[in-house]
Amino acid sequence: MFIQVNSIRRLFPILHQEVNGNPLIYFDNAATTQKPQAVLDTLTYYYEKDNSNIHRGAHTLADRATRQFEETRESIRSFIGARESAEIIFTRGTTESINLVAKTYGAKYLQKGDEILISTLEHHSNIVPWQMLCDQSGAILKIIPISDTGELVWEEFERLLNPKTKLVSIVHASNALGTINPVKKIIEAAHAVGAKVLLDGAQSTSHLDVDVQALDCDFLVFSAHKLYGPTGLGVLYGKRELLEAMPPFLGGGEMIREVTFEKTTYNTIPFKFEAGTPSIAEVIAFKPALDFITSTGKANIHRHENDLLQYAVELLHDVKGVIPVGTAAEKIAVFSFNIQSMHPFDVGQLLDAKGIAVRTGHHCTQPLMQRLGLEGTVRASFAVYNTRAEVEVFAQAVAKIASLKNK
Amino acid sequence: MSTIADIQNEIVAEFEILGEDRESTIFYIMELGETLEPYPESFRKEEYTIQGCQSKVWLVAEEQGGKVIYKADSNTDITKGLISLLIRVLNHRSPKEILNADLDFIPRIGMGNILGSQRSNGLVAMINQMKRYALAFQNKQNA
Repeated sequence: MFIQVNSIRRLFPILHQEVNGNPLIYFDNAATTQKPQAVLDTLTYYYEKDNSNIHRGAHTLADRATRQFEETRESIRSFIGARESAEIIFTRGTTESINLVAKTYGAKYLQKGDEILISTLEHHSNIVPWQMLCDQSGAILKIIPISDTGELVWEEFERLLNPKTKLVSIVHASNALGTINPVKKIIEAAHAVGAKVLLDGAQSTSHLDVDVQALDCDFLVFSAHKLYGPTGLGVLYGKRELLEAMPPFLGGGEMIREVTFEKTTYNTIPFKFEAGTPSIAEVIAFKPALDFITSTGKANIHRHENDLLQYAVELLHDVKGVIPVGTAAEKIAVFSFNIQSMHPFDVGQLLDAKGIAVRTGHHCTQPLMQRLGLEGTVRASFAVYNTRAEVEVFAQAVAKIASLKNK
Repeated sequence: MSTIADIQNEIVAEFEILGEDRESTIFYIMELGETLEPYPESFRKEEYTIQGCQSKVWLVAEEQGGKVIYKADSNTDITKGLISLLIRVLNHRSPKEILNADLDFIPRIGMGNILGSQRSNGLVAMINQMKRYALAFQNKQNA
């Protein structure tokens, strides 16, 4: 089966508009994806018909909201192949998920001299929480280097891995370059020295099959809004035995079993980590987003997006002044580049004048940019609703901008 | 010599010729940046920068015969163009004129809309810094 891109585009109302006098071309999907009508309808319907607080209300609306809320948890379980839905924790996003693990698992288990291994490719959200943990615990942060193409140097990873390594926190697919890391091999190698592995799936979960049992990762984190779902919602998957052993994150309602002024006992997972009223509407509206991905098929999505990436690479290959950044063999559909003698911010603004939305700058990966000797890049990132025709318009616009300074 | 208001009217007239086309407007702003005088390298230091999110600006000023002379540079071409407009309006003015200047050409040419919020904030920061220099020179004159 191939993607019927025109039928898919009809599901996304936001795509059908003009920006600065040109049809919108939305190539900033690695930052956030657009939402299909079913997600928008579910949000509205929830507030019109079902709005109510979950899990405790003794009335029909509360019951309907609770049932739908827990249905999404089950959908996520199935989507990532977890054993049980209790292993799915709702958070505010990938960033909060990582911080949760650092502040609970990390605080309990990491001690002075222990090592945490991350890579040069990481987003700031997978760097800073570990630096904070290292400051508090005396653990040491080690960095897996990359090659000039943007791929991990495997020998260096093996060299860095040792019995002191307690945690490997690694990105599955790089947001800035698109590099797909060999995470199955990484997890096996890490487990062999007794380290746990947190997989940052913020960019991979919408493009690649991510099965937590097949990968055997200990934690997986991602955000709903990059999977055609609502903003303000993230997921933390953790293996039951780890989640049960971890202390709670935030204290408050929902996360308790019994509270007295003398002693409080905590709820079971997943509720132990879900203090306070969650983003109920967003959780419920995330299910149709997952249904959209599942019915379209990850393999079809990946094939379509990869075709767009290869087409962009091909069209811009010989254009004078265009410098692709990140040329790993295995990539998600991220085309990062620079134009000789131009600042990425200027390039982005000129593309915006043509209705083309891209991201410019360091992409919250400053250490990666420093490694590559760049101030930043221009990043076009593709999603299932993008077309070859859009890639052509984009390539023409880039070529015109490149010609300004590269005669 | 033309007044601040005269020069602002000139700029507005130039931008009116460009019309609504955003791309040609940005190309024009970038061209204006090429007219900037070279920035003195000895002042390319952290203490002379105005930090925006993505673009960086260096700004320095001196006083000559009661008038303020600005020199500035940026690492992005569009921002260089914006600087050249500000310098065109405010250079060789007295501190008092600069402090009293109502830079209405910016809203009149719809700059906020062309630039987006990131660069518009940067533009405000640049103007504030230019006025701070003027205030310092005025205080020195009055001392």
